[in-house]
Parts: sequence; C-alpha cells; structure tokens
Amino acid sequence: MRVYLEGIGVLGPGLAGWTAAKPVLAGEAAFVPGEVVLPPIAALPPAERRRTGGTVRLSVAVGLEALAQAGRAACDMATVFASSGGDGDTIHEILTVLATEQREISPTRFHNSVHNAPSGYWALACAATAPSTSLCGFDGSFATGLLDAAVQANIDARPVTLIAYDTPYPEPLRAARRVTGSFGVGLVLSPQDSGRSLATLDITLRHGNASGTVFDDTALDELRRGNPAARSLPLLVALARGGGRIGIEGIAGSLVEIDTVMA
Amino acid sequence: MSVMQPLRLARMCVVTSLGRGLNETLEALRSGRSGLAPCRFEGNELATYAGEIMGLDEMRMADGLGVFDCRNNRLAELALQQDGFLAAVADARDRLGATRIGLFLGTSTSGILEAEHAYRDRDRATGALPASFNYESTHNTFALAAFLQARLGLSGPALVVSCACASTAKAFGNASRMIAAGLCDAAVVGGADSLCLTTLHGFASLGLTSAAPCRPADATRDGISIGEAAGFVLLEKGPAQAGEVSLLGLGESNDAYHMSSPHPQGLGARLAIERALASAGMAAGQIDYVNLHGTATPVGDAAEDHAMFDVFGPGTPCSSTKGHTGHTLGAAGVVEAIVSALAIQHGFAPGSPNTGAVDAGFRSRYLLAPTEMKLRTVMSNSFGFGGTNCSLVLGAAA
Repeated sequence: MRVYLEGIGVLGPGLAGWTAAKPVLAGEAAFVPGEVVLPPIAALPPAERRRTGGTVRLSVAVGLEALAQAGRAACDMATVFASSGGDGDTIHEILTVLATEQREISPTRFHNSVHNAPSGYWALACAATAPSTSLCGFDGSFATGLLDAAVQANIDARPVTLIAYDTPYPEPLRAARRVTGSFGVGLVLSPQDSGRSLATLDITLRHGNASGTVFDDTALDELRRGNPAARSLPLLVALARGGGRIGIEGIAGSLVEIDTVMA
Repeated sequence: MSVMQPLRLARMCVVTSLGRGLNETLEALRSGRSGLAPCRFEGNELATYAGEIMGLDEMRMADGLGVFDCRNNRLAELALQQDGFLAAVADARDRLGATRIGLFLGTSTSGILEAEHAYRDRDRATGALPASFNYESTHNTFALAAFLQARLGLSGPALVVSCACASTAKAFGNASRMIAAGLCDAAVVGGADSLCLTTLHGFASLGLTSAAPCRPADATRDGISIGEAAGFVLLEKGPAQAGEVSLLGLGESNDAYHMSSPHPQGLGARLAIERALASAGMAAGQIDYVNLHGTATPVGDAAEDHAMFDVFGPGTPCSSTKGHTGHTLGAAGVVEAIVSALAIQHGFAPGSPNTGAVDAGFRSRYLLAPTEMKLRTVMSNSFGFGGTNCSLVLGAAA
C-alpha cells in the first residue's frame, strides 16, 4: 500500500521541529535530549487554551507543523490520532480525587480525560469537521495509527494527517507504566502524488514476530523504546537520511514495514 | 465519497442490563422493558439510575487469561459467550486464517476501575500502587483488544478506537476500510464499557445525569442514566444470506463546536448522517427507521432532533433505546447496531421506555412504543465528547 508523504512535524527531547531535528536524525548533529517545550495553541480562544493539557498542545503542534509543510488547510483534513496512554496528568488527578470521600471531580478534567480530547481541541482550533479518529495500540500505537491512516487515505481517496503522541505518566502511575519524555509526530499522507510530496512510503503489514529497526545510538534507541510515539523514529531517520527500508513493531508480533523513497 | 461495499453481520452477540444474548434483548425491546435501576455500584451515593449487569463479580476469566481480569474484560468475555459467537469466530478462523481476521474494537474507559481500586489502596507511606495492579492488561485502552486477541486466537490487524461515546460505531469504519484495502477478509467489531466511578462522577460533575431513569425526547428530560454493555459482530464480505443484515454505509464527522456540548443545530450530527447516506448510496427517503443517539440530555436530544428533521423531515420513525439500556457510552454504537439489526430481522421499531410526552418543540416522528413495521434499511446514530459523530446504515439482504 502506497502513500505520499507531504509534511512532517516532530517534537521530542532534543528534536524541536522537523527542520531542527533533521540534521540530528541524519547523524550530522549531536542528539542532545532536553526538556520538551509544548507551545500554547494560538488558534484557540483563551478560555479553551487554558484548559488544554500537554497531550493536546503536543499533538496540535506536530499536526500543524506537518500541515504547514504540506501547504494544506486543516479544516477539511481527516485526522487519525494515535496514543497509548492519553493524558496521564488528568487521569492521575481524577483517580486521586475518586480515592477520597468526596469523589467530586472537575467537569473540565472529566471531558479532558477522554482519549479523543486532542482530536476535539484540534477540531476547535482548526474548525475541522472532517472525520477524525483516536486510536490506541499500546506500544504499537504508532504502527497502528500509520496503517489506519494509510488505509483511510487510499480507501476514502483523500489526504489524512496522522498525529501520534505520548507523554510521561506521573507517579504513582509511572511505576506501573513508564513513558519516557514527551514525543509527538505528525505526518500528512496523500493517496496521490500532488507534486508536493517529500517521499513515497510503501507500507506492508507482516506477521510472525519479525524484529523492527533498532538504533546503535543508545540514547536515541532509549527514546524509541521508551515512548510509543517515538517508535516512529526509524521512519524519521530514514526520511532524514534519504530513504531506505525500515520496520516498526506493531501489536501481537506484527511488523509494519515501510519502504521509503525520497521524491 | 464512494459507495462502500456491503459487509454481512455474520454473527452478533450482546450483553446489556436487559439481559444476556440476542433473545433476552429482543424480548425486552418488544415488551418495552427497561434495565435501569437505582445505582448502588461501588457504594455509590449519587442519586442516579444505572443499567448495571449482575453477575460480573462472580465471573472467572478463562484459563491462562487471568492477567486480563477486570470488570471490563469480564463483561467482554460474558458477551463472547453468548449467541454462538465463539464458535462462529473459530469457524471463520479455520476458514480464513488467524492473520486474516481483524479486530476493531472500541471502549471509552477500558479497565480504569482497576486503577480506581489501586489508587484507593495506595501504600500510606510511599503512595505506591499495589503490586497487583496490571496497567497494560486492564487499564490501558488497548487491553480490551489484547484480551480478545488472546481469547479468540486472532492475529490480524487490531486496534482500539477510543472516541468517547462514538467509539464502537466508528470501529465499523476502521473495519470496513481495512477489509476494502485487503488487509483482512473478516473482522470482529464491537467493544465493552463497564461501570466505573470515573464516568459516574464525571457525568454528574457536568450536571448531565438524571436522578430518575433517563427519558429521551421527553419534555421533562433532565439527563442520562449510565449503562454498561458489551457487544460484538463478526463482519464478513460477500452477499448476505436470507435473514441476515448488512452494514451498508457509515459517516463520520466532528462538530468543531465544544468539548462536551453538541452544536445546538446539530450541524455535526447532520454531516455524519449525510455522509452515511452518501456512503450507502442512498437518499434519506430510503431509511425506514433511525435509532437515535438520544441520551436524554436537554441540549443533546434537541440538537439531534434538529439534524434529523433537516435531513429526514417529519415522516421517518425514530427513537432512542437509551431508556432500555441506559447510555452504554463507548459500547453504545455496537449495542445499537445490534438493536437495529434485530429490528430489521423481526419487523419492528423499538420504543422509548420511561418517556412520557415528547418535547413539543421536536419535529421528528418519535416513537414512544415498540411498533410493528417492515424495516428494510435502518440508521443508527452515535455521538460523543470531543464533538465526534458517527452514523451507520444497516439493511436487510436484497
């Protein structure tokens, strides 16, 4: 199955946007993981902006970066959001209050706790009424989202923006589910070559416990393994280095193989 | 948008507060019985009704699957045991191969009840959660699919849609696209959402729960009753056999209006309805009955009536079955797809238990009582927080 990649957005430790991340991923600049700054969403009214947590700011930032590169409008763009854990800070706050006698949780926290909260805020920020879904595939969330977005682009014959993101859980949840750093990636995928494409991605789903691509660089591989959205790094590295074939582990021993050829 | 290839609902199974399996569900729908009762779940003190499923506390998971043990997966297991579903999936697996059957599920809160318990049992000194808490196979949103992969022996493409109360309706879309793309030949679609304090107190915090059994479309409606449910459908390619129902179309949209409140004129709902009709290649006049989202909130029901009237006018019969089951949240899409299929197969449109007089401002043809009528094609609506909307079109075999 083929899709044409028109735009890339990325935000993670030491990877602040595609332009800055590309030389790092190409091996031309050192990878120096640091604090991830999540920008506020300028397109939201102030009241809504104040209600957004880290997952919303992260996912909207990488989605908008990818769309800007693709030169496409967000309002009629179908979206696939993929995340393993949703908003851990909000879930922690709710669980903490529910463990008390009062159990009185905040209404804003409650509607922010849904897995599709980033999709909802995205729609508000971009006036996007197009179909949007929010998926989970645990550690295979990126591969799951990529496959679903590529299928949707081809079957519905329209461009689709994939946004994968995950942020660390706070303690005590962190001890039960460790996510490293905040990482988000946005990819604009089109079923046809619009003349603006950066690369073609030929995607194949394989079964039978095949191994995915790993990095020699210990710090980069730690990030890849530590955050479900950072499982996209082999693809981003291939794109930064001029193409190649990589594999990303999905769920139940499946592997999403991607043949990347630059335009 | 192109017209979608119809997919057979080759087998269905369901558990709601109405009962276990299709027969008990059908009996309740035809007799107007409601499964709602005052909510006593987990020492609840909120004045609210719920559609609780009894017997889950006594259930045991199948051998070797104890790691998945939680209320949500028990509920899924209970549904899988109904209506010959396990045998039908085993047969499909033998015919098609384990990698050729996809798993496209939905849930809003998965096994978060386990995390609620774990937070209540935190170590007083360190704040740590008990070691017995297994996040991955209970609380995580994907846990439901991981459980079904193991239980059904399936290894095709799998995902969990978590789009609040439209989750399991939207999962039919993922399934139909994956089958159309040739990544699988058949799919298990559906999901489970079980009672938890997060949703009971969450909806209460927004002032969206009623102190009485919910009354969709009623002039005095004042909120939802939460229910729990699980349902699954085996979707297969090929022409429907006599008596079978097929998925004919599906439309998705976003309101882009508010996180927890629908567009007042139902513009997002209307988009989903229109896209579902286009995907089925049908005109509004070809729909014989619409199973509404109809959760019984003042704003939500009015917005949906607006959208319904704009598309269908005053003639198309419609009703919400939330007064039967309560609002089963992420499971509502598949539960109501199954209700719609039963309505087609048995020639009746469901009514609306607990609803007294329909809101005088409503313009759609709302059915209060179950009504015998031949139904060839039915629409089912599911909407959720984040402004997400999904409509399905289901039809009888040609």
